[in-house]
Amino acid sequence: MQPPAELLLRLYLESNPDALCMVRATLQRATEVVHFPEADSRAIVRSVDEALANVIRHAYKGQGGLPIEVTCRRLFGDSERKSSKGLEIVLSDAGIAADPKKLRGRPLEEIRPGGLGLHFIKQSMDVVEFRRKNGRNLLRMVKYLAPSKPEEKPEGD
Amino acid sequence: MQIAARPSPGWVILDIAGDIDLANSPAMRKVLLGEIKEKHTRKVFLNLKNVRYIDSSGIASLVEGLKASRDNGARLILYGLSNSVREVMELSRLQKIFEIYDSEEQALAS
Repeated sequence: MQPPAELLLRLYLESNPDALCMVRATLQRATEVVHFPEADSRAIVRSVDEALANVIRHAYKGQGGLPIEVTCRRLFGDSERKSSKGLEIVLSDAGIAADPKKLRGRPLEEIRPGGLGLHFIKQSMDVVEFRRKNGRNLLRMVKYLAPSKPEEKPEGD
Repeated sequence: MQIAARPSPGWVILDIAGDIDLANSPAMRKVLLGEIKEKHTRKVFLNLKNVRYIDSSGIASLVEGLKASRDNGARLILYGLSNSVREVMELSRLQKIFEIYDSEEQALAS
């Protein structure tokens, strides 16, 4: 069962690399609203940036002016699954279908340029799912908030 | 992103500021490879103290620079990495491949 969620943010942008810095700044703020620690916040922003770069470079072959939609939902979880609180981000584009063979990344032992973006995403996010629906690529990424530590009771209580 | 060069005989410091991403990593790549392949600079120092963000295309440009430096008998030396840049280096498992120093003094003394 999907956890309860609310729409936090929806961005419509074009496949222009100059838009990426604005998306990063906006996402950064969204992660703060959801109270992610700084390192997790950087991981989320990095993942979305890399995913958008992949859309621009591969799905749209570097062509500018084509539509990309970024939807962020805040996941509230439920009383039984506190760890399902977090942030869900879905990227949608109308570019060419991604080749599943190329969605595996590459071995890091090879010291060569390229192929690192997908590795960054998979290392940083808890859920990374790709599917093709109605002629669109949909990439769903989720980062869960780490469960908060229980408060320590002072001695003597 | 801004790049400013501080040249000296045989070496150069490239002060980079801002974000290195898909929009501007080609510009950094051009400057870096120009120093190594065209100017034949023996030591290229990259001051990353004011780089807030680097993406995989920026890392790819650095790897290209590193390969070019090895092919040309030069050295590419990085210093002043922020937490964000250091994290990306670690994710790429490249932190041991590059020469990395904390400060300009340490880098210049290397």
